[in-house]
Amino acid sequence: MSLMVSAIGQGLLWAVLGVGLFLTFRILDFADMTVEGTFPLGAATCVAAISNGMSPIVATLLAFIVGSLAGLITGLLYTKGHIPILLAGILVMTACYSVNLRIMGRANVSLLGKATLFKNHFLEGLPQYFDSVFLGTLVMVVVTGIVIYFLQTQLGQGFIATGDNQTMARSLGINTDNMKIMGLMVSNGLIAFGGALVAQNNGYADVNMGIGIIVIALASIIIGEVAFGDLTLNQRLVAVTLGSILYRFVLLIVLKLGFNANDLNLLSAIVLALCMMLPVFKQAFNFKHILKRGLDTND
Amino acid sequence: MTKPLLQLKDVVLKVNRHTPEEIKILDHLNLTINAGDFITVLGSNGAGKSTLFNAIGGDLTIDSGQILLNGRDIAHDSVEKRTRFLSRVFQDPKLGTAPRMTVAENLLLAERRGQRRGLMPRRLNKQLAHFKEITATMHNGLDQRLTTATGNLSGGQRQALSFLMATLKRPELLLLDEHTAALDPQTSQDLMHLTNERVQDQNLTCLMITHHLEDALTYGNRLIVLHHGQITFDVAGAEKAALTTEKLYSFFAEIE
Repeated sequence: MSLMVSAIGQGLLWAVLGVGLFLTFRILDFADMTVEGTFPLGAATCVAAISNGMSPIVATLLAFIVGSLAGLITGLLYTKGHIPILLAGILVMTACYSVNLRIMGRANVSLLGKATLFKNHFLEGLPQYFDSVFLGTLVMVVVTGIVIYFLQTQLGQGFIATGDNQTMARSLGINTDNMKIMGLMVSNGLIAFGGALVAQNNGYADVNMGIGIIVIALASIIIGEVAFGDLTLNQRLVAVTLGSILYRFVLLIVLKLGFNANDLNLLSAIVLALCMMLPVFKQAFNFKHILKRGLDTND
Repeated sequence: MTKPLLQLKDVVLKVNRHTPEEIKILDHLNLTINAGDFITVLGSNGAGKSTLFNAIGGDLTIDSGQILLNGRDIAHDSVEKRTRFLSRVFQDPKLGTAPRMTVAENLLLAERRGQRRGLMPRRLNKQLAHFKEITATMHNGLDQRLTTATGNLSGGQRQALSFLMATLKRPELLLLDEHTAALDPQTSQDLMHLTNERVQDQNLTCLMITHHLEDALTYGNRLIVLHHGQITFDVAGAEKAALTTEKLYSFFAEIE
């Protein structure tokens, strides 16, 4: 039971990565590799700030700002420097590695004995693992709510149109460069925010904690979509959180099967690849047709 | 007395700049568009018709000359800024609409063409009745599909929607780049009729590229021919009305 609660809590804490990546991967329609650098960047910023006596809330918000600055650089390289987005992301991700080491001073910094978002009377009074469930739920309700509101504004509609049809967006007077930069900033801000949450939950920041982050964030998006099928945009954003929780359950099952934590990146990649190939399998094996036939008793 | 809305003065636009393959696509081109003109644009492939549109729209920067809108030089304004006075319909139905957004959402985007977009809610529901009314004027079932993603519409419906979006907020200048060319003959004719109706009703100033000589003769009050980046033929009014396809063909034979 406590394993289940732990998985739900982890799923909720990591879900903010999925929502962040959704803005670029699903709406702007490109894969932003920057996130592999901004996740540890957020963690490093937050841990360093707390170590220097800053309050955990301010430190977490600072992580968001620093992350969005990294997104700004990727956005400028991409739109003004005309560097392909994949490469622009890889450049900033690589640069972040050095920046993270500078911020932390060494490869791994512990928060042992320091204040964190999780160390207050209320959260510590909850049963084990319920602290991350509570905080994760709170964060996801607020973040998802803001994103849903934004996408329904005039600006948000222009943002969606940019990812959907750039030529049309420009011909309607939407500054598509600014929309892409804005998307990359908010997206990476949210990823860094997620990094700050995870670092405080784990009790440390590590310079290598960004490896495979894009796969984890994509997994929550794709698993959410595969599990819930045809959804509206707003529902899909909520499904990201549920997808993130489901992904943690998948990991839980895999670990129970005897794999260990070192295998997680390999397993994550396999799970994501399988989910992304599902439409191909569906067509090849005609799942729906077979299922329907099995249910039909009349013929 | 009609006044000039847009003037192109001595416009030069080159491609492959500073290379041995440098070509002048627009070669010291002069054109004055008066308010209320409905001009059909003819010319062979490579004559510079689309380049002319891209120079007016701002997708391509001109090398020299002036583009004056009501007397003000806009040659260095961005594409986004020019959309305040300009709207366009492209040949490819896919270019004019956002495929994953619904018909109503696309119309809502078009309604704010060239205006600031802020953090105010979009208020889609308030507009639905209005959108239903205006899409019904297209007589192609678009009004029944307001909540359909435009990617699921037929090419004809998509192009009719693109045209409707371009005229929803009245443009000072409307550029139609072979906007009926990708459609089947009947749909193409329907959209052409509708285009003419709307241009007349709203007294729009419009440039229309076409390869249909009949359309070029039937519609509009003025006809121009582009050849090697210059305007080689420009007739209006009664003179245009007296033109026939035969006369045009013989003219084309002459300049080739």
